[in-house]
Amino acid sequence: MTTHADGPVALSMADTGARFSLRIGVTPDDLAAAETAFGAPIFATIGARGREAGRESLCLGPDEWVLTAPEADRAPIATAFAGIGAAHPHSLVDISDREIAIDLEGEAVTALLAQGIAIDLDAFPSGHGTRTVYDGITVVLRRDAAHAFRLEAWRSFVPHVWHRLTEGNKELALGI
Amino acid sequence: MVPTMRQEATMLLIHCPYCDKTLPEVEFAYAGEAHIVRPADPAAMSDEAWRDFLFIRTNARGPHFERWRHVHGCARFFNAVRDTVSDRFLATYKAGAPKPDLATLLAETERAR
Ligand SMILES: [Zn+2]
Repeated sequence: MTTHADGPVALSMADTGARFSLRIGVTPDDLAAAETAFGAPIFATIGARGREAGRESLCLGPDEWVLTAPEADRAPIATAFAGIGAAHPHSLVDISDREIAIDLEGEAVTALLAQGIAIDLDAFPSGHGTRTVYDGITVVLRRDAAHAFRLEAWRSFVPHVWHRLTEGNKELALGI
Repeated sequence: MVPTMRQEATMLLIHCPYCDKTLPEVEFAYAGEAHIVRPADPAAMSDEAWRDFLFIRTNARGPHFERWRHVHGCARFFNAVRDTVSDRFLATYKAGAPKPDLATLLAETERAR
């Protein structure tokens, strides 16, 4: 695990388990079946997250969710969704290795993220998530507490994102 | 000192009708003129009519119906009415929704001012 603490924000590459991209219709029937298969709430509101027993859904678009779960749940989730495929057509793609997650924690975390993110982070509620753009790179951002965020970027972009974050953190430490 | 983009640029805010949020322009991509219907039977068309469908666009000075995509967000295409002179967005609406009446829209925008 890579960590960095040369500034006010603690940065670390997070250990993540299974991650799936789910595309399914938004009829109440389809969503209810997906919730049963996944074992955690799946909300139709963009930005909303549903959590239960270590599993979490995040609504990214009108028919798109990212599902995360402990590594041991990967195969059972895939099997459960395969079981509802005939009645509720959907696509479930294993993207566990596509992205790397960076955890950011500290009082200055919004100042650090605002160096590369244009959305109003003060108005971004705890417990929500969104896809947005960090310094030109598509990322998925989750806010877990007032001063704790998780940023996920595609693997090949992470060296750039990590470099920008750690340099920005040093700038904050120096007050520039 | 030569001003950089970062110092000089102002940012538009665009309302995504799917996210129902007003978000920074950098999350969006422009995607050409809206309400252009693909001909049902291209083989039956003259070369000129097919050329017009492919390449000839309004090039409006003023309110323009255009497509945008919330590419770094919900990823959806939607439509917008934007004034090409002032860059002001008069409205955004979901793809497939009927084309709003421009006169009504302009009157509403005027009243909201
Ligand atoms: Zn959107």
